[in-house]
Amino acid sequence: MGNGDISPLTAVLPELGLLALAAIILVLDLFWDRKARANLGWVTAGGLLLVAVLSVFMAQPPETPTLIWGGMLRLDGASFVFRMIFLAGAAITALMVSENQRLSAQGEFYALMLVSTLGMSLMASAADLVMLYLAIETTSIPLYILSGFLLRDQKSVEAGLKYLLYGAMTSAVMLYGFSLLYGFTGTTQIYDIAAGFSGQNGLPAVYPAAVIGAMLLVLVGFGFKVSAAPFHFWAPDVYEGAPTAVAGFLSTASKAAGFVVLMRVLSAAFSDQALVWSGVVAALSIGSMVVGNFLALAQKNIKRLLAYSSIAQAGYMLIGVAAAGAGGESLPYTATTYYLLAYLATNLAAFGVVAAVSRLTGSEQIADYRGLNQRAPGLSLALAVAVLSLGGIPPFAGFFGKVVVFASGIQAGLTWLVIIGILNAVVGLYYYLTVLRVVYQRAEEVEGETPLAIPAAWKTAAVLSAAGIVAIGVLFLPWYNLSMQAASSLLTFR
Amino acid sequence: MPLSYYLILSAIMFLIGILGVLLRRNPLIMFMSLELMFNAANLAFVAFAAYHQALSGQLFVFFVMTVAAAEVAVGLALMVAIFRTRHTIDVDELSMLQG
Repeated sequence: MGNGDISPLTAVLPELGLLALAAIILVLDLFWDRKARANLGWVTAGGLLLVAVLSVFMAQPPETPTLIWGGMLRLDGASFVFRMIFLAGAAITALMVSENQRLSAQGEFYALMLVSTLGMSLMASAADLVMLYLAIETTSIPLYILSGFLLRDQKSVEAGLKYLLYGAMTSAVMLYGFSLLYGFTGTTQIYDIAAGFSGQNGLPAVYPAAVIGAMLLVLVGFGFKVSAAPFHFWAPDVYEGAPTAVAGFLSTASKAAGFVVLMRVLSAAFSDQALVWSGVVAALSIGSMVVGNFLALAQKNIKRLLAYSSIAQAGYMLIGVAAAGAGGESLPYTATTYYLLAYLATNLAAFGVVAAVSRLTGSEQIADYRGLNQRAPGLSLALAVAVLSLGGIPPFAGFFGKVVVFASGIQAGLTWLVIIGILNAVVGLYYYLTVLRVVYQRAEEVEGETPLAIPAAWKTAAVLSAAGIVAIGVLFLPWYNLSMQAASSLLTFR
Repeated sequence: MPLSYYLILSAIMFLIGILGVLLRRNPLIMFMSLELMFNAANLAFVAFAAYHQALSGQLFVFFVMTVAAAEVAVGLALMVAIFRTRHTIDVDELSMLQG
């Protein structure tokens, strides 16, 4: 790990880099002509890579977690690891967008995506309720715009408005929860709240029921961000209507941001209520797995299928969070973080292939994927790797993700929850393999051009994320250690 | 006035707001109800700040107002875009996305 003292400015290097990159993109958008602007996706992805490399060398977190900027941000392993996750997600999304004719020449699209990534970075390190609220809204508001970005496409605008209505409502409920937390404890510092509940800061101790009520209000907002049932209603509609690359970004980076906030706030502010939130999160987890997997079985549209699949995947990750509350030391959060890493690569690959296929063939129906193997063997292979990883087949990353998450559940004594998870994984495997069967089914006659011409940016995005799936699975240890670095800094209790 | 008066008023505002968002079908009314929810939280923040004699609650309110304004601006823009093509903004009519 890095040096002990780190200046406040280098500590927020990723955020500064994102801001500068967004400004550069907007300036280039003004001065470049339409043809040159098509390269903005490459500029964004390259810039994000540069920011990530600089951060790895200069902005490593100190050994002991440190509060900076007046207690607004907390520098620790989790904030660093998750910020790198968001940068990777944004870079691959930028590559996916750069071949979409309706989006690629629009500088503001990339700028909004970078601002949203900036919000996620702040979410990962926020240690104060004010900062946390602003970070969540900085993430969400650009995402509402990105979902409704295709103004002439009725589906896209409808997706944007629906996302905004659900998002604003859940964030208002969460804000009310924040106001109660502030009222009970007299502080907005997340790491002081737990002490405030028990009356250690001079205020009277709070009724346990009131604390749990405030916690449930806060969980509504976080549940929306990770798209856990019963706060998932927006996900299928928004994923279907939004531009596919945006849906991929929503389902990976935005979900990861929700999870890091969920883990940090639950274990920092509600450490004395660990058993209660463990139960609540377990209920959310079961709801998400069952709703996601069983509704996915009936889907004909690939984006809706991936939406329900992403709800189910959130359910598996929540097993890790529930296990942390039930007393599983550092393994549960390590498992959830590792699962998120695996899921990031996997779902980006899946959405990347869907974006490419829908642009090339004009269809998002699963039935139209028949014979894709004959027309685009490379894309089909990437889709196969992604789908097998989502289904949890070794040696891909998703398999190891499920193993560590289930192991953490058993270690914490939540064997019943793990059994429900395994049964759900079997159901999930059915619809994932159905997609695969359609792709590799021989079509009698192939319509349109064969083979499909795949632009370089899509090839890069698909290869990168597919390589990620294999690398995170096969080279298990470095990624596991990275997740452990993140997890151990989140645990402040026991 | 005691703190509890403010908190009861804020809870009532919050309930009216959440019922409005869930039951009304016109996005404009839904946005007004959302404002009620945000302002319920704001009222609670200000009341608690006065009670604790701590400024951070009042500080929070300014940020919330700014964010709520930004959120509504985006929402209104999306509504205009929908109204242009469909000549209605009723949420029950927004049914292109169903599965």
